[in-house]
Order: sequence, then structure tokens, then C-alpha cells
Amino acid sequence: MKYAHEFRDPILAQGLLAQIRDVVTRTGASVARPLNIMEVCGGHTHAIFRYGLHEMVPKEVEFIHGPGCPVCVLPMGRVDDCIEIAEHPQVIFASFGDAMRVPGTKKSLLQAKADGADIRLVYSPLDALALARANPDREVVFFALGFETTMPSTALTVLQAAKEGIMNFSLFCNHITVPQPIKALLDDPDMRLDGFVGPGHVSMVVGTRPYDFIARDYGKPIVVSGFEPLDLLQSVLMVVTQIAEGRAEVENQYGRIVPRDGNPQALAAIDAVFEPREKFEWRGLGEIDASGVKMRAGFAAWDAERKFDVGYGKGREVADPLDARCGDVLKGLIKPVACPLFGTICNPETPVGALMVSSEGACAAYYQYAGARAFESALAPS
Amino acid sequence: MCLGVPGQIVEIVDPELLIAVADVAGVRRKVNITCIVDDAHPVAACIGDWVLIHVGFAMARIDEAEAAETLKVLTAMGELQAELVAMRQTGEVQ
Repeated sequence: MKYAHEFRDPILAQGLLAQIRDVVTRTGASVARPLNIMEVCGGHTHAIFRYGLHEMVPKEVEFIHGPGCPVCVLPMGRVDDCIEIAEHPQVIFASFGDAMRVPGTKKSLLQAKADGADIRLVYSPLDALALARANPDREVVFFALGFETTMPSTALTVLQAAKEGIMNFSLFCNHITVPQPIKALLDDPDMRLDGFVGPGHVSMVVGTRPYDFIARDYGKPIVVSGFEPLDLLQSVLMVVTQIAEGRAEVENQYGRIVPRDGNPQALAAIDAVFEPREKFEWRGLGEIDASGVKMRAGFAAWDAERKFDVGYGKGREVADPLDARCGDVLKGLIKPVACPLFGTICNPETPVGALMVSSEGACAAYYQYAGARAFESALAPS
Repeated sequence: MCLGVPGQIVEIVDPELLIAVADVAGVRRKVNITCIVDDAHPVAACIGDWVLIHVGFAMARIDEAEAAETLKVLTAMGELQAELVAMRQTGEVQ
């Protein structure tokens, strides 16, 4: 086995793989018609490539890499909005490092910083709030992005700002949610998904109930999973076992972290500060109903969309680059190597699409761990 | 940004604002502990807790073995190093 020595328990890993092989045989899956299992979370995508799990599972199991990498699904128009805010002379624009290199139509935040905008890289929204405290004559804007995992942190930071009466702080809220794009992918006639490995840390916040519709309405299994390679193998086994037994249920492999009902304090903070948007724009996937949140009117004073009159729905939507096939990769319709830009014009040094920016993006993971070999075989004459 | 990193709560800084100091692989920084505090687990009980920390917020209590295993996986993926660099850039407690 390829990276066996890196497993906490190689014998357990071998046993899980043998069980997966055995159960997959019982499903009737073939190489021509494999079981398509989508890992929704970008962290899982990264772990699958890092440990070579995609090469260890039987050929009748295909990992389809899902849209769960927040910077990868960030539309260019939102990056342009960030730069417009950041270029106001009184603004200090604070962002997680992950978002700095995502290309906008003209430039990335990193390039805008080089051009003189006051853009600060922060580890936590609390650090952005500290910047606002320390710079009362400046306007500090925090770029809030990410799924339900990061929502409690930005919500609690806004609640803190409100409590302290810090008025020179605001959020540019671009948070997105996990269940709605899964529904959109299940409704897409081009997609054929047989089951899901559900996100671990998102579920730690929201619990497992938001996935009930996947089993109930679409008849597909989903197993919420941890990040260790053994967790992922265990979860794949649980998904294929459901398929083999004709079951479709929400199962929780990561019960040591994920409670059925999520984290009540975190959910209360999210509900206090945010409300669903009617729809939201995703890079490569287009507009998806109720897939994002905005700040409630009661927190207008800390809402950068209102303060700066920018953001989703303000007519700044721009199309993805024509020849890049980010959308097809995001949906798992093609492997990254099938994109004409992969590895040539688009690479981690000069990313065209956001999937190449983050270590959680399918293209970056492919490029880093599997790209060279697959790229060569794709180019080889058949 | 998405993956939590394990750390241990070593000190309560502000029991009212629910701010503590966590040690993450030797880097100390302030974290908000709102999401791990309730009537059954008050602020004072948090010292010594192993927790999963997301962007400066303790999101779940974990056991020590889980923390060690998660640190190993994050290190293998190169994620831990990136998080520690980010933590040191802003808000390390000296």
C-alpha cells in the first residue's frame, strides 16, 4: 500500500480497504459504471490526495471532489468588491490569508496591497476587531467568507463589536452554506452521484439534521466524516455498505466531534447576526437559492455591504474566464487535467481559477500530489 | 481557514468576554471560548481543556489522544505550519 507507513494503524487501514473491496463487489459497480462518491469538503479532498486514498480504493469507486472550498467558489466580482472597499483611503481591509491570491477581474488582494491599498492579513476576525480598536480614525473591514464553520467566529466578533460600541468595524459578509449546493448538484441532470462523504467541521457547528433531505428526498447515503485517513476510509466503507444494502441514511462517523444537533452557542450567534439570502452567486456553479447569508438589518451599522454600497446583487457579477473549466471541475464532471489551462497557464504560482489557489482546491491538490503523473498520461498518445 | 487546529486552554484572560489563552503546538494566542462554555461546563472548568480551534474560536472539546492525532494529520498535510505562521503574524501572546 502506497503511504501505508503514514497510517496510525496500517493493519486497520488494510482491513478497511479489504472490506470496502468486498462490499463494492456486492453493489454490482464496475469500472465503466463506478460508484460516484462526492467528498463535499475541501479539507477531505486535500487529505484524500495527501494520503493517496483515491489510488487505494477499488477502481469501482470514484471520488468526485465537491464544492467545499470557500475561496474556490468565490466569484471574481466579489474579489473586485473587496478591492473597491480596500482602495478607500480611510479603510484598513483585513482578510484571511487564503483569500489573498484569488484573482479578480483586474487583480488579487495581494496585488492591490502591492499597489498601496492598506490590506492586512489576519488569523482571526478578532484580530480585525483589535485593529479597529487600535485605529479609531480608520474604518476596518473584515472579509467574512467561509461555510458554517467560520460563521460563528464572525457572528461572535460582530456581537462583540456591538457590545463594545466599536463603530469603525464592519463585515463584508460573503458566507455560504453547505446543504444548498449539494441540493443544486443533486438536481443537476448532468450529475450522477451515488453517495456523499459529509463535512466534519461544518457539521460540528450545524449538526447532521441539515443533511436529512439528501437521504429522505433524494435517496442517497451521506456519512459525516473526520479528517484522518482512517476516518475517511471508514466513511467510504459506511457509504458503500449503505449502497450495497439499499439503504439511504444520514450516518455520523465523526460522532466524537459532531453532535446530532450541532453546537447550540454557535448556532445562536449565527442566528442572531445573519439571515439567509434569497440566492447567492458561486464561482463555476452560478446562482443557487438560499445558499448564502447576509447581515440582519439590526446589525446594519457593522455591514460593509450597506456602508460601502457593494456586494452581491449590485450588478458587479462577471463571467468566469471562458476557456477555464472551473465549473465542470467543481461539479466533478471532469478531472482537473482535462481543463486546457491546467498546469500550463493555470498553476499554483499564477492561478487563473480559484481551485488552483487553495490547498483545499481540487486543482491545487491534483497539481501538488497527482498532477504530474496524470498530466503526462493524459498527454501520452493512446 | 476551514480546518480546526487542536490546542490546550492554559489561562482565562477575561471571564466576562470569554477570552482565554490557548497553547497550539507551542504558540500561545488568545481564543474566544463562547462555544465551549455552558452551565454544565463553566469558564473556570475550561483550563486544561483540549479544544479544536477555528480562526481564534474554540469550537469543540476533544480528548488529548484526538488532539495528538489531529496535529499529526495537519502536519502531514502542511496545514499546521500555515496556521502557526498566521497565528504568529497576528495576535501571539508573548
